[in-house]
Amino acid sequence: MAAYFRPETLAEAVQVLAQTGGTPLAGGTDVFPSLQGSPLVGTLVDLSRVSELSGIEVTSEAIHIGGHTTWSKIATGLSGRGFDGLRSAARQLGSVQTQNCATIAGNLCNASPAADGIPCLLALEAEVSLVSTAGVRRIPLDDFIVGNRRTLRRADEILSVITISRRWEEAGSSFLKLGARRYLVISIAMVAAVVRVEEKQIQEARLAVGSCSARALRLRELENELRGQRLRPGLSAVAREEHLSSLSPIGDVRGTAEYRRSSALVLVRRSLEAALETIDR
Amino acid sequence: MNCPALVLQVNGRKLEVAVSPAERLSNVLRFNLGLTGTKVGCDAGDCGACTVLVGGEPVCACTTAIGQVENCEVTTIEGLQTHAKCWPRLRQTFLEYGAAQCGFCTPGMLVTAAAFLESRSKTHDIVEEDVLDALGGVLCRCTGYRKIVAAVISAARNTAPMLAAQEQSGSTVGKSIVRLDGARKVDGTDIFGADDWPREALLARVIRSPYHRAQFGFDDLQAFIAGNPGIHAVLTAKDIPGRNCFGVIPNCADQPVFAIDETRFRGEAVAMIVGEPAVVENLDLRSFPITWHELPPVLTIDAALEPNAPRIHPTRERNLLIQGRVVRGDVETALAQADLVIESEFETGFVEHAYIEPEAGFARRVGDRIEVQACTQSPYMDRGDLAAILGLNEDAVRIIPTAVGGGFGAKLDLSVQPFIALAAWHLRRAVRMVYSRPESIMATTKRHPARIRARAGATRDGKLVALDFAADFNTGAYASWGPTVANRVPVHASGPYYLPHYRALTRAIHTHLVPAGAFRGFGVPQATAAQEQLYDELAERLGIDPLEFRCLNSLTSETPTVTGQVLGSSVGIGACFEALRPRWLEAKSAAREANRASSSVFRRGVGIAGSWYGCGNTSLPNPSTIRLGLRPEGRIALHQGAVDIGQGPNTVIAQICADALGISVSQLDLVSPDTDLTPDSGKTSASRQTFVSGKAASLASHKLRKSILELAGECECARFELAGDELTVAGAGERKTVHLRGLPANEFGYVAMAEATFDPPTQPLDREGQGTPYAVYGFGAQIAEVSVDLELGTVRVLKITAAHDTGRTINPQLAEGQVEGGVAQGLGFALMEEFVPGRGENLHDYLIPTIGDLPPIESIFIEDPTPIGPCGAKGLGEHTIIPTAPAILNAIYDASGARIRKLPATPDRVLEAFASSRKMRGRHV
Repeated sequence: MAAYFRPETLAEAVQVLAQTGGTPLAGGTDVFPSLQGSPLVGTLVDLSRVSELSGIEVTSEAIHIGGHTTWSKIATGLSGRGFDGLRSAARQLGSVQTQNCATIAGNLCNASPAADGIPCLLALEAEVSLVSTAGVRRIPLDDFIVGNRRTLRRADEILSVITISRRWEEAGSSFLKLGARRYLVISIAMVAAVVRVEEKQIQEARLAVGSCSARALRLRELENELRGQRLRPGLSAVAREEHLSSLSPIGDVRGTAEYRRSSALVLVRRSLEAALETIDR
Repeated sequence: MNCPALVLQVNGRKLEVAVSPAERLSNVLRFNLGLTGTKVGCDAGDCGACTVLVGGEPVCACTTAIGQVENCEVTTIEGLQTHAKCWPRLRQTFLEYGAAQCGFCTPGMLVTAAAFLESRSKTHDIVEEDVLDALGGVLCRCTGYRKIVAAVISAARNTAPMLAAQEQSGSTVGKSIVRLDGARKVDGTDIFGADDWPREALLARVIRSPYHRAQFGFDDLQAFIAGNPGIHAVLTAKDIPGRNCFGVIPNCADQPVFAIDETRFRGEAVAMIVGEPAVVENLDLRSFPITWHELPPVLTIDAALEPNAPRIHPTRERNLLIQGRVVRGDVETALAQADLVIESEFETGFVEHAYIEPEAGFARRVGDRIEVQACTQSPYMDRGDLAAILGLNEDAVRIIPTAVGGGFGAKLDLSVQPFIALAAWHLRRAVRMVYSRPESIMATTKRHPARIRARAGATRDGKLVALDFAADFNTGAYASWGPTVANRVPVHASGPYYLPHYRALTRAIHTHLVPAGAFRGFGVPQATAAQEQLYDELAERLGIDPLEFRCLNSLTSETPTVTGQVLGSSVGIGACFEALRPRWLEAKSAAREANRASSSVFRRGVGIAGSWYGCGNTSLPNPSTIRLGLRPEGRIALHQGAVDIGQGPNTVIAQICADALGISVSQLDLVSPDTDLTPDSGKTSASRQTFVSGKAASLASHKLRKSILELAGECECARFELAGDELTVAGAGERKTVHLRGLPANEFGYVAMAEATFDPPTQPLDREGQGTPYAVYGFGAQIAEVSVDLELGTVRVLKITAAHDTGRTINPQLAEGQVEGGVAQGLGFALMEEFVPGRGENLHDYLIPTIGDLPPIESIFIEDPTPIGPCGAKGLGEHTIIPTAPAILNAIYDASGARIRKLPATPDRVLEAFASSRKMRGRHV
């Protein structure tokens, strides 16, 4: 059985992590399932007692979500329609049981290609703060996640805070998850859209697609093409196959690669429409 | 390891437990605190069975470290009664609505539901969507969820109770009495395979092949034992005192307990480690001293049939296990003369039973006998196989089935039993074992993948004239129930229709994959998915309504089946279609309206399918024996060996007995299955328990009634009453009272006793498959209404309407439960379920329907009684899954033009079929 540390403060937590090289234990919803019958070995650094890591703080410029904030808290604790998509992702992540334990930092650090939280946070241009005994570094989420279950987190670092600019607060947003069943489902494809509109004209659009590459990806060419577009019926048809050329979907038990590509385009158009619809209201 | 004590607050009690803080909360609750109401289904947060409340919020105890909940308030099912105001009401509605079947997911479901209700300040405005969102994290494989939803809504709104039928002496058949084992299921006190073990029990774990096919050799086992203090033994094939071979069909038995030299499927056992639980639990099995050499496996039917393919079993040429055949009339000529012939091919994959209870149990040696307490569907067959494996006489083996947390066919075969029995026998210590979820999926039987080719012909006016049907089944590495599937399918592949000319040929073919065995319907769901789609194509091409086409061709009591059997009575298929007609017309027009009104990409469609299913073994003896005894205290013991796996014989058989005896079910004491205590009621399979064991119970009851009346010297026309030890008999003359305690008791302690056996009258099939394979058939038909997303290929089932001919419905609520559960599994089979060996050995890659995937289900029961069954009743359990998938697939076609010939109809396949159907139509225009 693994050695177990339960620090009370962030300073203590990074200290323990630096000394033991252990695995941070957040909600446990990835650590335990990954065992698949093997014993839990090594060292666990349980972050559940580090109160600094939990909760949502709103400053004049930004929203700071503590890394140990659960998805249930995110579903109920964020206001602003710009976060509709993120709240929706929070409610579609696993089950209520998962949402009550799983944390936002856990989802990002585990970095599954199908992590439900990542597309929305990419679209919101979130930044992550990594703390170690050496100090804090803050990097864009888009840089942080480098591949399938690969991030820039060093073994001695804790993802302490996710920061989102408040400029998105009143944007339109949406999140669509495609799976073969209603609940407890790993997505075949998913899309998050965040669109800032003024005077019926798109100022900024951000779209990210998950489960269709080793990591979720932003669709920058599409975002560029959407900027300046006037709202009109059928606007979502701007999104075309070539905008998804950066995706590299695989075929697996959940769907073929071709299907992933074609459904991603459908989801991109629908999520764009859904995000714009929240503004029209 | 010595651990400092953790302070826990569980169900309002403050406790100190010395465990590693990294231990899973679920394990601490179950093993350290004895709170076994919390079930473990997957150890991965995928099923929700282990849901408990932490600070009032539902979490999976299996993904929570105990260190994370120190000083938090933890509430389990055992604590709900004192910690949830809604509990009395919720418990009551779960019972009244029949929301628990096997009861394994029930504690997790109730804990989650209680948290949901407690979280709302007002509950009367709760709607179905709220309940679905709240309970979406708990999987149930038995109920189809609808009764759970209804129970929670009723508890929320505090609506008038469903009024469970008031039970009256002698008239309980036909009434929805609350299941007699319901209370212990909702309270979490029912004992499942993993819930009971002697304190001193050792733990066993099995070493399994990581390859489809491999040679292996053990390295230094003694050094391994010596290097791991706490391990008591490593057992392998050479430790088997009897026969290293088992199988459910005696003349095909071929499966070793432990493989020798070479393994034939990924997951096959080669050795077992037995030792102190703490040691064995934490062992990394990858450290076991074994060397593997992977060999090229045979994975497909085609590869297995290659002339040069390696033989999986030396004696089985071309890897052919068995062939089935039913031939009637002259198919070739009839098809040549038919006005219309349609030919098609269909394919289905492995389907996993995915009961929420992994296989588990313990064994102990008692003198020169071995006792095995485990979850099983077939105690007497287990006894026979274990006696052979241990080299004992059958009477030296005792099987005590626990409550079974879902079976659906896979718990007919041995799982943990040979391992724990062998270890307990050698070590003279109790030994327990619990399969992990990956192990359960990897090593136990599956539904057979099928490859079906069929040609059907009809006349211009819609009469079926011939069906030419050929199916190959991938039966995996060992025989299991492959012969049963190969023999049952040809009898059923016609569907419940009159076919003057018919040829059905089947083959079961070995591959180096997990054994395919019994799964609800024994191959008939696969065959019907093909046949009912083919008939739909015929009807369409003939311009005849799909329901009318089926009515036109339905079997009657006078028309012969494809085996030449004229049933004479209880052929309710025509009545099922008639009963569905109003809903069919409504649904068709509603779908048309919806599609006309909207140009959206969501298209509605409606489909129908029929089915039939022979109850009991195919042309083989299939007896059940039931014993009843009158105790001197005036209660009647019902020795009921029919294992209740959630479907309800504990209740149904009691209802049959109570009515036949003229007493109340509350006067019966159930003696649960135990090979030492109950006579052989056969296995729980083939939809036979209500029909066969129910009939034996009815016969035994009539005999006991006669004996009881004889105690007072009265004849059969008299009536009796029991009050304490006083027997009062009212006959033609004056009332007589007999004091039972004054009467001599027999060896079982009974003052009157009766035993009866029923074996359904069947006959062997001849070389052409002609004869009487079953004494009775059940019939059914279902309508599916769906919505298809033409851009994404996703399918939402909006409603299922199911009509089933039960002969007589003994307990309507339990029967509805069978329909809803069968529909849920049929929906999964149609839309999402396929097991790929080596992948998907968990419940997040292998998908079964969640509570949000099941639509409203309306059950209609046709009661066309059979003179053979108890009170006219036939079987129902398997019938209910058979028409669901083809009804859904026909509805998908109706909505979109996409014909799905390869199951499941996952979104990518639906979209592909839709795209190719559009291209086809493009060409025709």
